[in-house]
Amino acid sequence: MSGLLEIAGLDAGYGDFQALFGIDLDVAEHETVAVIGANGAGKTTLLRTLAGLVEATAGSVRFAGEDLLAVPHHRRVDLGIALVPEGRHLFPSLTVEENLLVGAHTRRPGTWDVDRVVDVFPLVGPLLRRPADVLSGGEQQAVAIGRALMANPSLLLLDEVSLGLAPVAVKGLYAALPAIIGEGTTVLIVEQDIGQALSVSDRVVCLLEGRISLEGTPAEVDRAQITAAYFGEGAV
Amino acid sequence: MTWANAVVQGVLLGGLFALFATGLSLAFGIMRFVNLAHGDLAVLAAFLAVSTTAALDVNPFVALLVIVPGFALGGYMLQRHVFARTMGADPLPSILVTFGLGVVIQNALLEHYSADSRGLDAGSIETGSAQLTDDIAVGWFPLLTLGVAVAVLVALQLVFSRTRAGRAFRATADDPAIARLMGIDDRRVYARIMAIAFATVAVAGVFLGIRQTFGPADGPAALLFGFEAVVIGGLGSLWGTLIGGIVLGVAQTVGNQVDVQYGVLSGTLYGHLIFLAVLALRPQGLLGRRGRA
Repeated sequence: MSGLLEIAGLDAGYGDFQALFGIDLDVAEHETVAVIGANGAGKTTLLRTLAGLVEATAGSVRFAGEDLLAVPHHRRVDLGIALVPEGRHLFPSLTVEENLLVGAHTRRPGTWDVDRVVDVFPLVGPLLRRPADVLSGGEQQAVAIGRALMANPSLLLLDEVSLGLAPVAVKGLYAALPAIIGEGTTVLIVEQDIGQALSVSDRVVCLLEGRISLEGTPAEVDRAQITAAYFGEGAV
Repeated sequence: MTWANAVVQGVLLGGLFALFATGLSLAFGIMRFVNLAHGDLAVLAAFLAVSTTAALDVNPFVALLVIVPGFALGGYMLQRHVFARTMGADPLPSILVTFGLGVVIQNALLEHYSADSRGLDAGSIETGSAQLTDDIAVGWFPLLTLGVAVAVLVALQLVFSRTRAGRAFRATADDPAIARLMGIDDRRVYARIMAIAFATVAVAGVFLGIRQTFGPADGPAALLFGFEAVVIGGLGSLWGTLIGGIVLGVAQTVGNQVDVQYGVLSGTLYGHLIFLAVLALRPQGLLGRRGRA
């Protein structure tokens, strides 16, 4: 596996508030990496910085050999980076099918189209003609992931897939992930549900107050290590 | 004029108001941008049609072939290089800049064309009409104006609902930051919307110039009628724009009939009263959705 994403010394934040401190992280092609951590640890900021929604203040990010930080926000999807944002953020005045088609706006070549999304998320099929603002949370999340896949990304950023959803909906969404990963998509997944995150990932990275506090494969890290990395040494 | 004829003439007049309102509705609906120079741009288009028809010895409708693309290009460039710098959470900068643009246009027109009223000669279509009944006659030009307004709105509706660009416009209107994640350049979307808005106001201005005489100071009145049509129909709703224009037109023509028969208030005032009533009773407009408008 070769390096797809190389993050070195990354700082980022919101105005005067710094949320990430010197993040170093390499993600290989076809790898699935789970980023875990407590609320405010910097997980979402990391994904939003990669997608261009938050500006990096120091460090470097190389994606497929390109200097990602020099690429404007709206052109990162062209490079192959798609974000499923926390809170889904579907376009409410568009139908479900139109939301999916907007995901393919850049016409990046690949295997994903509306039919393929419906194959992976069968619940989306009957919803295609419905307005996006009348869907349940689980339906919205399936459409949001489908919309990101329509861009045929080589790196899929999933932010808090399970947040605010019923367990049965979360189970359905996670059941679809192997099919997505099987397409050769590299996945960086931010999740507070540690069990779900570890179940689908090749490697886990824990953030604590904007810094990496633990890194390893799910087999290498035990519960005590995760607890310490998640809440700080004093919590153990 | 009978009551029925007053209503028919009002519906036809509504076509012109809808043309005025379309650009305002687009700019506000997608960009949340209020262009106070909109009426002055319409008058500018009418004056440019005066110059174009004189220079090329052509009909004002032919002059549209020059003026509309020019306006679209001007709208695109103004948005990219001027209006974009004023957009943000605070609407005041864009209001001040477009107000200033309106003042510049009015004074430039006054300087170049003088304060004299002008008109555009479109030939026999201006006075021709079809007599439907003893009391009702439909003028060809007002009918053409309404037809053009409907055609413009149908075309825009098709673009918005059936095309990739239209989906990008609507996605950007919903959430520009998330639209950027989809690879949509919102600055380009806004520039294209402004180009369309300028093109439609150019058509409205030339039709205004054919319908009636006009002067450099007539822009604010045109802006007011456009705003009233947009608010009555529903902010950001394309078909609401047509409905709003027609309601305003009917209010004015029926109001004129009331004025003629009973001497109670002027016709224009009835349009303003309808506008105020809609604002008070249904502030989202007749076709607007509560919360979005």
